[in-house]
Amino acid sequence: MQALYAQLLVGLINGSFYALLSLGLAVIFGMLNIINFAHGAVYMMGAFVAYFLLNVAGIGYWPALIIAPIVVGIFGMILERTMLQWLSGLDHLYGLLLTFGLALIIQGVFQNYFGSSGLPYSIPDELKGGMNLGFMFLPIYRGWVVVFSLIVCLLTWYLIERTRLGAYLRAATENPTLVRAFGVNVPRMITLTYGLGVGLAALAGVLSAPINQVRPLMGADLIIVVFAVVVIGGMGSIMGSIITGFTLGVVEGLTKYFYPEASNTVVFVLMVLVLLVKPSGLTGRAA
Amino acid sequence: MQNRISAVLVAVALSCAATGFASAQDKTIKIGVLTDNSGLYSDLGGVGSTLAAQMAVEDSGLAGKGWKIEVISADHQNKPDIATNIARQWIDVDKVDIFMDVLNSGVALAVNNVVREKNSIMINTGAATSDLTNAQCSPNTIHWVYDTYMLANSTGQALVKAGGDTWFFLTADYAFGAALERDTTAVVVKAGGKVIGGVKHPLNTADFSSFLLQAQASKAKIIGMANAGGDTTNTIKQASEFGIVAGGQKLAGLLLFITDVHSLGLKVAQGLNFTETFYWDMNDGTRAFSKRFSERMKNKAEPSMVQAGVYSGLVHYFKALEAMGGNPHDGAKVVAKMKEMPTDDPLFGKGTIRADGRKIHPAYLFEVKKPEESKGPWDYYKLVGTTPGDQAFRPLSESVCPLVKK
Repeated sequence: MQALYAQLLVGLINGSFYALLSLGLAVIFGMLNIINFAHGAVYMMGAFVAYFLLNVAGIGYWPALIIAPIVVGIFGMILERTMLQWLSGLDHLYGLLLTFGLALIIQGVFQNYFGSSGLPYSIPDELKGGMNLGFMFLPIYRGWVVVFSLIVCLLTWYLIERTRLGAYLRAATENPTLVRAFGVNVPRMITLTYGLGVGLAALAGVLSAPINQVRPLMGADLIIVVFAVVVIGGMGSIMGSIITGFTLGVVEGLTKYFYPEASNTVVFVLMVLVLLVKPSGLTGRAA
Repeated sequence: MQNRISAVLVAVALSCAATGFASAQDKTIKIGVLTDNSGLYSDLGGVGSTLAAQMAVEDSGLAGKGWKIEVISADHQNKPDIATNIARQWIDVDKVDIFMDVLNSGVALAVNNVVREKNSIMINTGAATSDLTNAQCSPNTIHWVYDTYMLANSTGQALVKAGGDTWFFLTADYAFGAALERDTTAVVVKAGGKVIGGVKHPLNTADFSSFLLQAQASKAKIIGMANAGGDTTNTIKQASEFGIVAGGQKLAGLLLFITDVHSLGLKVAQGLNFTETFYWDMNDGTRAFSKRFSERMKNKAEPSMVQAGVYSGLVHYFKALEAMGGNPHDGAKVVAKMKEMPTDDPLFGKGTIRADGRKIHPAYLFEVKKPEESKGPWDYYKLVGTTPGDQAFRPLSESVCPLVKK
């Protein structure tokens, strides 16, 4: 029984990465209608920016939590301005192919220069060590990841669903022409939204740098699962992707305990089931 | 009628003789480096293996003696089906004479069959499974650098002797992991230890915390990592996070490469024990080669044992072809010649190749240095034990390989 509690908690930790990443994807899809396959690559870039900040500029983990998402967010906005914006109004497939190609290029460039084994990044001193919870040893850093990502997820949800800015955003996706008529600069808002989604991915990258190796392929391994999370939760649904992210982390954690061989398949099995029963996803609105 | 038949027979015999004569004088060689150029094992093989092959060609001086040697390379993406497709194309269309590297046990076993069927040659320097020279041994394959039996034998025995008599395995769920777990279990049990549990994880897993908790709960003294590359480095890093080593359990890296240690950093990797057959800083010969090698690598990496093996294997292959006076393009014949001749090169020293295709040389048990002991980048290992070649690998008396005469 104790082991089960431990697995639940570990699942929740992984779920927080899924939640952060799928949240960014959901924001981008919901607002821009772009299936952002470059999400894994920008997640990886976030981790690399943290690595460079530490090893080149001597800037540690805490500032990196803010700087890396901003740097990568700006990179994302440049991508949106120079490439993605020309695809608005076209079929989803175009955005998917463009971002997929971009992801391959970004990963290829990083792999060319840094190899595949990855680079070391250690846990900040303040978060080293762990607590004995009785049923498991919880590394403090993992606890921090869960709490922090939950806060970020809820803040993002609040920003989009409950504030005036969020209302503009949602309105702009429904009817950009009308919102424009009210004097709102819609293209700029779209660019900023893409920057936000990409920044969230980069933030997840910084959070994961001390746990996993900083590797060029770290995002490629994760992105497929995250897409499954978004599909299960319902494309474009903010709360849906947060809840599904955490839930699937737990489901995967339990699978690792009961039948480890299936642990990297279980998410996709669930995806198939959800698509068969409720194609718009658990919380998604019918298209 | 009879005259016509004999005329045909004479013509056939003549043409056979002619091709035989021509091929013995044929001085062209095509080397195919089949490896992981883009995935999780690309640092330990990859472009470094191709570079090692090119250096072997340059150092051989054969070009000056009228030989024409070409090196080509391809990415098998760690997929046996892709690898066998490339292998068939290389043999049938590109006329490749010899396959080098071929890391990943699943891929190696698949290519092993193609190479045998088409009478080509594979000098495998990257794959771990000891089946290549045991149940699946072939007259066309030489297993050059290391194998699961030898890793288990060296690292496993040393750890059980040091008191690690209960084991829990974290095993990569494919041919390599299964072979490594099987061979290590045999060694542990033979040395008086016990295996009390294990878990199989999918290849290329990012998060090991769930598996590590199970290992922790098992209370085994040794957690044997029967995995490789990114899987191993992630396990080690996350184990330190979960306080596994601090809690008194010991991690056993059954297959670690210098590129893994480099990627982990000494702070995390210090104190780990594991086995390799090559380290760049062993002697003047290895240092001289490694210096030239790292200067030509984009990230200035020192060679891994897989890459060093490519060089060493080709040095011996060239010697055999020179002794034969030309390239007969007959895999089994060349491999037989290679087995006849003792091996000697600056990287692995003197050695032999056994009837089952196993290359024999000493195995070294290393310990990773503490950060303060290291003099600079890539200065990572302390030698703590050497197993002589004749004891390091599976004895022929235990072999089930049909090539071994009993």
